[in-house]
Order: sequence, then structure tokens, then C-alpha cells
Amino acid sequence: MTVNGTEYTRDVEPRMLLIHFIRDELELTGSHWGCDTSNCGACVLWLDGTPLKSCTALAAMANGRDIRTVEGLERGGELDPVQQGFIACHGLQCGFCTPGMLMTARWLIDHHPHPTEAEIREAISGQICRCTGYENIVRSVRWAAEHPSGAAS
Amino acid sequence: MSTAEPDPPLGYGSMRRKEDTRFIRGQGSFIDDIKLGGMLHGAVLRSPYAHARIQSIDVSAAQAHPRVRAVITGETLATRDLAWMPTLAGDTQAVLATDKVRFQGQEVAFVVADDRYAARDALELIDVEYEPLPTVMDARQALDPDAPVVRDDLGASNHIFDWESGDAARTDEIFAAADVTIAEDLLYPRVHPAPLETCGAIADFDPISGKLTVWSTSQAPHPHRLLYSMVAGVPEHKIRVISPDIGGGFGNKVPLYPGYLCAIVGSMITGRPVKWIEDRSENLMSTSFARDYHMHGEIAATRDGKILAVRVRVLADHGAFNGAAQPTKFPAGFFGVFTGSYDLQAAHCQVTGVYTNKAPGGVAYSCSFRITEAVYLVERMVDMLAFELDADAAELRMQNLLRPDQFPYTCATGWVYDSGDYTSTLQLALDKADYTGLRQEQAAGRERGELMGIGISFFTEAVGAGPRKHMDIMGLGMADGVELRVNPGGTAVLRIAVQTQGQGHETTFAQIVAEELGIPPDRIEVVHGDTDQTPFGLGTYGSRSTPVSGAATAVAARRIRDKARVVAAAMLEVATGDLEWEKGRWYVRGDPDQGRSIAEIALAAHSDLELPAGVEGQLDASCVYNPPNLTYPCGAYVCVVDVDPGTGKVEVRRFVAVDDCGVRINPMIVEGQIHGGLADGIGMALMEVIAYDTQGNCLGGSFMDYLLPTAVECPSWELGETVTPSPHHPIGAKGVGESATVGSPPAVVNAVIDALRPFGVRHADMPLTPAQVWRATQGRPLRTDLAQS
Ligand code: FES
Ligand code: FES
Repeated sequence: MTVNGTEYTRDVEPRMLLIHFIRDELELTGSHWGCDTSNCGACVLWLDGTPLKSCTALAAMANGRDIRTVEGLERGGELDPVQQGFIACHGLQCGFCTPGMLMTARWLIDHHPHPTEAEIREAISGQICRCTGYENIVRSVRWAAEHPSGAAS
Repeated sequence: MSTAEPDPPLGYGSMRRKEDTRFIRGQGSFIDDIKLGGMLHGAVLRSPYAHARIQSIDVSAAQAHPRVRAVITGETLATRDLAWMPTLAGDTQAVLATDKVRFQGQEVAFVVADDRYAARDALELIDVEYEPLPTVMDARQALDPDAPVVRDDLGASNHIFDWESGDAARTDEIFAAADVTIAEDLLYPRVHPAPLETCGAIADFDPISGKLTVWSTSQAPHPHRLLYSMVAGVPEHKIRVISPDIGGGFGNKVPLYPGYLCAIVGSMITGRPVKWIEDRSENLMSTSFARDYHMHGEIAATRDGKILAVRVRVLADHGAFNGAAQPTKFPAGFFGVFTGSYDLQAAHCQVTGVYTNKAPGGVAYSCSFRITEAVYLVERMVDMLAFELDADAAELRMQNLLRPDQFPYTCATGWVYDSGDYTSTLQLALDKADYTGLRQEQAAGRERGELMGIGISFFTEAVGAGPRKHMDIMGLGMADGVELRVNPGGTAVLRIAVQTQGQGHETTFAQIVAEELGIPPDRIEVVHGDTDQTPFGLGTYGSRSTPVSGAATAVAARRIRDKARVVAAAMLEVATGDLEWEKGRWYVRGDPDQGRSIAEIALAAHSDLELPAGVEGQLDASCVYNPPNLTYPCGAYVCVVDVDPGTGKVEVRRFVAVDDCGVRINPMIVEGQIHGGLADGIGMALMEVIAYDTQGNCLGGSFMDYLLPTAVECPSWELGETVTPSPHHPIGAKGVGESATVGSPPAVVNAVIDALRPFGVRHADMPLTPAQVWRATQGRPLRTDLAQS
């Protein structure tokens, strides 16, 4: 599979979860694991351009597919506007939910460049944050939508 | 709403967090991100029964698994005298069960294998024979003479402690003579802090040097080191406890868990590092829960609304082991502050702790050592009084709140509230909410059959434990140390005893130093979470970091400033008395151009400059801060809800929160903490509960059953602030991390009950799920802690 533009080939147990593959085999530990029941969204990454809870997929199912994780957000040493937004608006506290939130946020803005507050809340409603009460996550996403080229714009 | 200023302030102010740069890149280092060479993986076998005698454990098949390196049972541990461990509350807890299991999910065996999948596979191969025993799941039956005894290792009863506070006789007198008295049973159900990252540890024991290194999700690394040394027999100086980045704590990560010790023993047996990470069900079913307080509250008042006294009897369900983490002399935590924010003539509480066949714990989930329960009690009772007197809930509070001139105020149970301006705080919240307008809207809506509710709570917290004379955990006085060094080049390193689980210590503590010394925060490194690298202290919980370690930091920085003055005087060849301080430099009074910056002074302090006799070179200082009192933050919250009359579903429409936590070091971080706590309040009031059936099955063991608020259940928070500095804290700050979690549940519940006024509902227990709300409208709300059939 391709992860953040790099191709990886590995033999894995058929039952290995994608999240464990990404974290343990590829050592990309930005994507997190937070529940047994696909409720928390700490594990959200992109599979072929669409956010996926990677605890719900087997590594083998991603065979030949394209994956993007939080480690692949930064481009050419430039932070993605969603990353900048989360810093500027204090969209994170412990940072555990953050990678999943960032991946959903990037997808949302790619598909809805001017999301309303309700659309942002809806987009992240499958993901839990225990620290921020969501308000500043919503503001962070909105900041990113308003600054499509980042802080300079 | 505070947004970070692009340039960091030279001190207090909203500043971007230093820690964010790693987290937004996915470069945090959480416990499960850490990989050591040769590392093995552990998994815990847990009891399916809430109460059962262990007849036998057969581990032979597990041991024969090709990828298994060790299987550990209670018997293995008993040979090392490790089968039981002390809890922070002075009880003992089974590490791995030897005689019987006492709650569902209790630790029975531990497997160490090459990888996490093999470890789980091997758990399936362990054969345990249990003889099920009758359970005690209802705290109210725990003291019945025929109740099954949970702790037969201790005695013949489920009784743990009795504790009381206040003047019983005086309170009884007032109640007997009062115009109006109200009594109600209130349950604060068992809930769970459920940090998004579960608990875990990596233990690495080096048999040659005898050094044990433990990375763990610990909010209290230094006390944990002492506990490990007591249990595992390794001397303290040979133990290093490291708390890496932690994905939320909320009190869940204060206690020591059996899994940590199993990882240590696993490493000692195999000679390799052992990682243990619990799954979500294990976290919810076995680690520190919160609350489970069964309260019988009473309030006495005059007919015209003057509150006279509050009285409460509590049955505290501590589960199978007393694993609560709180100052030793306070078995009910700081519940004694149930006197609230009002000028009472008398108050009395009596708390009885009992064992049941539930998971151990009790003090967690940002509760400020049980002030959550205390605030819920008094704020619900005040609303019931308003209900009974047909008074306005806001006016009744205004009438009874402490006035500014009464501070410092000694409450009826002896706590000394340091400062506050309660009426201004409440008035600001009412104004922000447009309280009068809301009441008009509600009245009009009621005509149309709409169920809109407005709920108020006013809380006072007592945080920042605490004065060593009164407060210790396991005999360790609750003072914190810091060490601060200004490097020759003018940058600084601050070593603190507390550590962050999301609170932003790396930023806030740097800002405290910046404010005191004028060194920019980005030139100050904050070191935390490593017992080999930091001075001793009790850890981060109970909103104590800023009140205790924050104070220590300010004091140490001021000591450096004083030393810098001596150095500057030598540099400028003037007397120290001739020097004046402005942020970042000492200068000659009357000649501002004649001065030396802190960076210049730092370099000189490390140079061959001749210093007065008795003054050592270099520029460093330390402080162990023993707080003279707790700090008393307060706040006024207004919640507006709409209840669907058909389904009982509650929607939180607005939430106004005015907090007074004294001086705010980083307002952006403070507001963020308040946001998080407000969401907790919505969760607890409306959806969260760990209930059990009569056999002892945990009904909240996954995120499918234990519901947490998401972005769609939370409104956009409306915040405000008043600032009443703490008079005894060096920078006037008060703790705030738990304020909103403490203060918000009663506001939500009061709002829902207010919405149900047309049905004559006076009280219903949390969580106010649609089913519970609907039941309440039918006049038969349920107990929510037990499964209902
Ligand atoms: S780990 Fe919780 S949804 Fe994937
Ligand atoms: S920032 Fe801690 S869970 Fe979201």
C-alpha cells in the first residue's frame, strides 16, 4: 500500500487491524487508538481520499490502496492550514483526538470549502474529544476554511 | 473568546501552546507510541464474575503457546509477596486475584507474549474455574446483616468508614425550628472519566544495575515511584517513573493499577521490557470510576427564603477495594464544602463508605476531591427550595450568596473561603444570558405546551491541595518542589513536579517565569513528568498544578530576581538598594539607562565577576511550596434546554458560564479547560452512567453503552469572567481545571427539572436520558444505578 506517498510492502496476519499495521508495523504513531467499538474516531485516516476509522478495517483490505495519515498533512515543510488553525484557535489539549480531527477537517474543507458551524459539528460527530468541549475544534476548522493558504493569506 | 496572539506575550496573556507543534504533526509520544528494543507485550485476563471464589487456574495451555514468554497468576505474585498492593486510600487491593474475584473485570492473570495479538490469544487458553457467589450491587443493601461480604480478607462487614463534618446538634436545632424544610434522595451516579487514551505502562528492569524504569500514564509519577518501591522491593533511587505525553487524565490516571505492576513483574521475569496497554472495556470496567454517592439531602429556610442550614447523609459506594485517591484525613474528599456559596448558620454531613462488588475508585473525573458531589447536592437543594417556595431560582441565590465583605469567610464546616465577589459573578451570568428575557420566553412557550427550561448553578470550589499540616497522601505532604535555572546565555530551564495531560504546563509555567523575570516564554524549557529529572511533588489532579506548583514557580523566579539584583549591583558598582526592577532588567533608580538585562546578569553570574561574600555564582533557585490555604474559585452557570414533550429528549440550547479563577495566566488555555468541563457536565447530566445488573454485570463497559457527548450535543459555549485574585497565592491565581466539570451538571439538571415544571416534577436522578425524563413526567423517575427490568 501507499502511505503518505511512500510505498510499503509487508506480510501481515490476515486479522491485523489497519490501525495496528500503521502504528506498529510502519511506526506512524500519529494515528491513535481509543476504543474497541469504532466510536471514538482517534484512528481516523484517509483511505483512497476518504476518512476511515482505521480500527474498522483490516490491514489486508488496504492492499494496493492509498492512505494518508496526519504525518502526511504537512507539505514541503509547510503546515496544512488545518494544523495552523488548531494551533491558532487552541483546538487541542491533550492532543490524542487531534490527528483524527485534523484528517476529517481537511476532508471537509476539501469538499465544502465554506462549512457552516452545523456542518463542522456534523462532520466530527463520529469522533470524541474529552478535553476541548469541541468549541475550539469548530473554530479551528473554520479558521482553516477562512485561510485556505494558511497564515500568510 | 481568546485566540492566541501571534507573538508570545512576555508573561501572561493568550499565547499559542508550545506543546502543540508536536501534537498537530502526530509527533506526540504517548505510551503506546513508545517502542523499546526487545519489547514484549502483556495482556490481563479478567474475571467475568462480579463475585466468585477461584477454584483453580490452569495456565498450561497458555504457557505452551509458542509466542508466550510468561504467564503470571496471583500465586506467582504471592511467592514474591506481590499479590496485594496498597491503595492511595490506605486500603489494599489484589494485583492478581488469589482467593476470589470481587468485581467484574478484576485482574486474574497476566500473559507476556511476543506481540499484542499473541498475548490476547493466550488469554483464551487460560482455564479458570470459578464458584459464583452472591453479589452486593446496591450500596443501600451493603450494610444489611445478611449482605454477602465483599472483603472477607478484612472482616465480616462491608463497612469501610464513617466520617462527619459540621455541628450536628446546632443543625438539628435549626431544622426543628425552621419555617420550611425539604428533604430529597439524590443519586450522583457512578460515571467514568474515560480519557481518550486508556491507561498503560512499559516496564524495563535491568537486572545488572538493578534499575527499574517505568513509563506509565501517571498523573502522579513521584508518589507512584514510592508505591512501586514499597510493592516491588526496588529502592526508590533505583526507580525512574516517566509520564510521557498523556491523552487526558481527569483523575483516571492517579491510582496505581494492577496492570502496571504486572508489567513490572513481567519485565523482571523475562528480563525484557514489557508493554501493557488496556483496551477501552478494561478502562471503563476496572479503572477508577467517579462518584457513586447516594445522598439524602435536606435544606432549612425561612418562609421568605433565607437559607439557614443544610444537612446530608451519604452512602458512598467505593466498590470492591477502597481505591479512592484523596488526602488521607479526608475519607470523603472535600465533600465538607457542601455548604456551597451561601451564608449558612449551620451544616452537618455524615458519610458512610461501603464495599460492593463493583470496580474500585471513587475520586476521579475532575471532581476536586468530591466537590462535584457537594455542589450538585447544594445546588439541587436550593432549586428545590425555590420550587417549594415558588421563588425565582436566581433571586433566591442572590438573596443568600456570600457578600464580598464576608471574605475571608469561614463556612459552617470550617473551610476558609479565601476570596470572591459572588453576586457580581452571578449578575454577570444573568445579564449575559438575558435571564429576564429567557423567563418571558419560557412563560410564553409554556402557553403553547413547549418545555423550555432555565437552570442556574453557583459553585464554590476548594482546590490546590494543600497545606502539609492537613493534607497528605500516604503520609506525603502535598507540597510541590520546582527548580529553576537561568543559563549563561539567558535562556531558562524550569523543572516541575507536576505534569500535563493536556493542561498545557509547558506553556503556562513558562509564562509564569516570563512574567516574573522577563525572559520570553519560548526561551524557557519546562521539564516535567520524569522522576529522574524533576523535584519531588504530588502530581497533577484536583486542580492543584497552578495553586501549588505555579506558586512554587513564581517564588523560585522571585528568588532568582533577588539574586540577579545582587549580581546587577556588583556589575554596576552600586548598592542593591539603588536598583529598581522593570520586567527583564534591573536599573539604577533615577538613571534608567544604567541597567542590566536578565540575560546580561545571567552571563555575569556565571563569569569571574566578583560577588559579595556569601553570594554564590550562577543564577538558579528552587522552592518547595507549602500552600497556606486552598484557593476557592467560583462561578455562575446558566443553562437553557428544550425538552421534547413527546420523547423526553433534552437539547441544550445555550450555556452561559462565568468563572472566577482569580488571575488568568493564559486566558486561552483557561477558557479551553472550561469548555471541556462544560461538555463533561452535559455528558453526566444527560447520558453518562456506569450501571450494573443484579448479577454484577457492568452495563457501561464500552463506548456503545457508555455514551459521551459529541460536537452535536454541545452548544457553542458563552463564557464570561470576573477576577477576584486569591489573596494568599503569590500571583493571585486559583485552580480552574475542574471548575466547569464541578459546576455544570447541576445547571443542566436544574434546567431540565425547570422545563418539567408543568408536570410538577421536583427531582429526578441523572442521567436525564429521554427514558428518565419521560418517566419523570409520569411521576415515577427511576434509580439510574441499577438495571431496570
Ligand atoms: S479506535 Fe475508536 S473509532 Fe477507531
Ligand atoms: S484534545 Fe484531548 S481528547 Fe481531544
